[in-house]
Amino acid sequence: MQPRKGLWMFLPLLAFLGLAVLLASGLGRDTEELPTALAGKPLPEIQLPSLMRRGTEVSNELFIGHWTLLNVWATWCPTCYVEHPYLINLAEQGIRIVGLNYKDETDKAREYLASLGNPYIEVAIDESGSYGIDLGVYGAPETFVINPQGEVVLRYVGELNDRSWQQRFAPVWEKETQ
Amino acid sequence: MVAELGHFCLWLALALAVLQSFAPVYGYATGKPWMLAVARPAAMLQWLLLTVGLLALAWAFYSHDFSISYVAGHSNSKLPLGYRISAIWGGHEGSLLLWVWILALWGLLVSLLRGAVPKDIHALVLAVMGMIGIGFLCFMLFTSNPFDRNLPWFPLDGGDLNPLLQDPGLIIHPPMLYTGYVGFSVAFAFAIAGLIAGKLDPAWARWARPWTTVAWAFLSIGIALGSWWAYYELGWGGWWFWDPVENASLMPWLCGTALIHSLAVTEKRGLFRAWTVLLAITAFSLCLLGTFLVRSGVLTSVHSFANDPARGAFILAFLVVVVGGSLALFAVRAPVLRHRAGFEFLSRDSFLLANNLILLTATFVVLMGTLFPLLGEALDIKISVRAPYFNAFFVPLTLVLMMLLVPGMSSNWKKQEGRALLKRLFWLVPVSIVLGVAVVAISGGELPFVAVLAVVLVVYVLLAHIVDWAQKALAFRSGLLAGARRLPRAYYGMVLGHIGLAIIVAGVTQVSFRESERDLRMLPGDVATVAGYEFTFAQVVDRAGPNFNAVRGIVPVTSNGRLVTTLHPEKRTYLASGQVMTEAAIHSNLWRDLYVALGEPIDDTAWAVRIYYKPGIGWLWIGSLLLGIGGVLAATDRRYRSRKSEEADAAA
Repeated sequence: MQPRKGLWMFLPLLAFLGLAVLLASGLGRDTEELPTALAGKPLPEIQLPSLMRRGTEVSNELFIGHWTLLNVWATWCPTCYVEHPYLINLAEQGIRIVGLNYKDETDKAREYLASLGNPYIEVAIDESGSYGIDLGVYGAPETFVINPQGEVVLRYVGELNDRSWQQRFAPVWEKETQ
Repeated sequence: MVAELGHFCLWLALALAVLQSFAPVYGYATGKPWMLAVARPAAMLQWLLLTVGLLALAWAFYSHDFSISYVAGHSNSKLPLGYRISAIWGGHEGSLLLWVWILALWGLLVSLLRGAVPKDIHALVLAVMGMIGIGFLCFMLFTSNPFDRNLPWFPLDGGDLNPLLQDPGLIIHPPMLYTGYVGFSVAFAFAIAGLIAGKLDPAWARWARPWTTVAWAFLSIGIALGSWWAYYELGWGGWWFWDPVENASLMPWLCGTALIHSLAVTEKRGLFRAWTVLLAITAFSLCLLGTFLVRSGVLTSVHSFANDPARGAFILAFLVVVVGGSLALFAVRAPVLRHRAGFEFLSRDSFLLANNLILLTATFVVLMGTLFPLLGEALDIKISVRAPYFNAFFVPLTLVLMMLLVPGMSSNWKKQEGRALLKRLFWLVPVSIVLGVAVVAISGGELPFVAVLAVVLVVYVLLAHIVDWAQKALAFRSGLLAGARRLPRAYYGMVLGHIGLAIIVAGVTQVSFRESERDLRMLPGDVATVAGYEFTFAQVVDRAGPNFNAVRGIVPVTSNGRLVTTLHPEKRTYLASGQVMTEAAIHSNLWRDLYVALGEPIDDTAWAVRIYYKPGIGWLWIGSLLLGIGGVLAATDRRYRSRKSEEADAAA
């Protein structure tokens, strides 16, 4: 057996290791924290009816002076059911969450909050989804961090849970609110 | 409680998998036969435990236990029973459980059907399968537990199964596909066991070959079912999209096709040993790579599961351990297994080598096409790789493959006399050209050169196999039919596989060059003519389904004034999710499909309607079915069923 021949046999291993490096580079890539054209810009003007306080409107004033989460949700969204307990958990820690009930049926939405609990200080009804377009929403759930000046700081697509909170939100939230 | 029992069974299965993996290896290294003997009962018990786990999840779906997050996310109180069961594999966690269960099922079959495999190698094979089981069970238990509860605030009703997956095709597609995917783990386990034991001779190939062929047959059918599902469910008439997830299943199939051919050479001639082992490792590695691509969120695809970097990192680590480890083992051990035996340039051996090179080139083309977006990202160039790239390679590769197929299967092993081969092809080539061109002319004329060439090659492959079959049957000198019965199953497997390929190519050629489609705005009463059929958009009615409301179009189709069929395309709104789905209506016969899909309502009365005429599309499914049947026939050939052991077990 010639040693040269033996070395050839390592070629598949080397090729695979190259591939593994490539795959690992893809893993680091963030698919959930999507860039938003709104970053650092004021939240688009809201003129939407309130879900809980019938007859009143939700406006941008709600966001001024406090750090707030804007959570896009709907009763047709399975992941919203999954993240709902976590939102309640956050609300219990005193975090202000405003809901945007997106392309949903209002009666169903009220029932949802009545049966599962309400983590929101206010919920705006976006039945047609037009405010969702202003925000550039992909779907539900999505969560935005809004600073006391009413500007968008972070956009996050997908389930909000302990892991995503620790990784994405906590660095922004804790630095700024203390 | 049932869910906790299921969860507990998964942990027990993991413990057993650890035992199944390490006891035989230890037993092999220290020469303790009783340690080797642990593998079989461990594999059987593991299957039993995972069956309980799967049934527990089925029960949770059946009984609407929405406190389990997975059930809440993938079912609904109004979901019909059949889909409640198939919802088990409708998402990441549950489909992973199905994956592991099928792995255990293969383990059970391997442990029951030892055949002529010596006890020590058999135990090593089960040990390797146990190691794969450890990886996937850990993956499930640590990152994706299907039994996780969502307490105390569980939803009163579930979010419903994705409407795309509420379809009969999706009940059987994943189990078939996974059976194929996971089946390659058996070939892989045989390869590793062979490398460890230093036994990779024709006998080894004979043990590994039927398992590989069956896995390949299931994968063929699984891929075809996926394509069929995309064709009728996505509502725009396409049957293959070169989507990363489709590619993920095509790569192991291409590599597996190369493997079943190279195993033939190793079994018959004892050649290509290192190469065959490398293919077995590669085929399974591509299955794992597919799993990684689908579940890590690295590539975006219509099929992909929820993105989770932790899951991706886990599979990647597992991939590095399994594939890296086995390739390192290969690099160290393969040179020892070298075997010198020559073959002439003109021989079945070298034609099969060409087959392997073509199929591996195709695998590489798909791999590059699939990973290019990732590579582009790393190098900061954005290029989208679409169908033209794949077609540019696949069309010529397939045509060359078909050209070489006939001389290959007509040649002898080791050395084929050139003149005899030429004599066989001498009449076949001109007859195929004449017949092929005649078929094109009769069936509607005018096709580009490449399509005519494809038709000629289809005729050439079909004719060659029919003639070969007749000659071989007559050679018994007992009449055609009596002779045909004496031909071995493995031969019929090969013939059906090759004919299946020819039929698929014929179907693809027709549907690619002769389909017609129209996108129309239609008012009730409007008539559209497509490919000689008049489609009347008669009226639109409402219909309530079990968990959806539908708008249903009534479309009678006539040809030359005679009613062919009445099609009922639907637009469904699913109640739980509010998602809108297009349900195409299709009328099929052997020659063509008529396909109508309802688009959006344009105003109060008008609708966007898509009408397709799809000739030859059914041949894709028929051809794939032949591949599957051929694979099963080949794997059940008499020589594999013999329980006689050529290797004395005493050697163990």
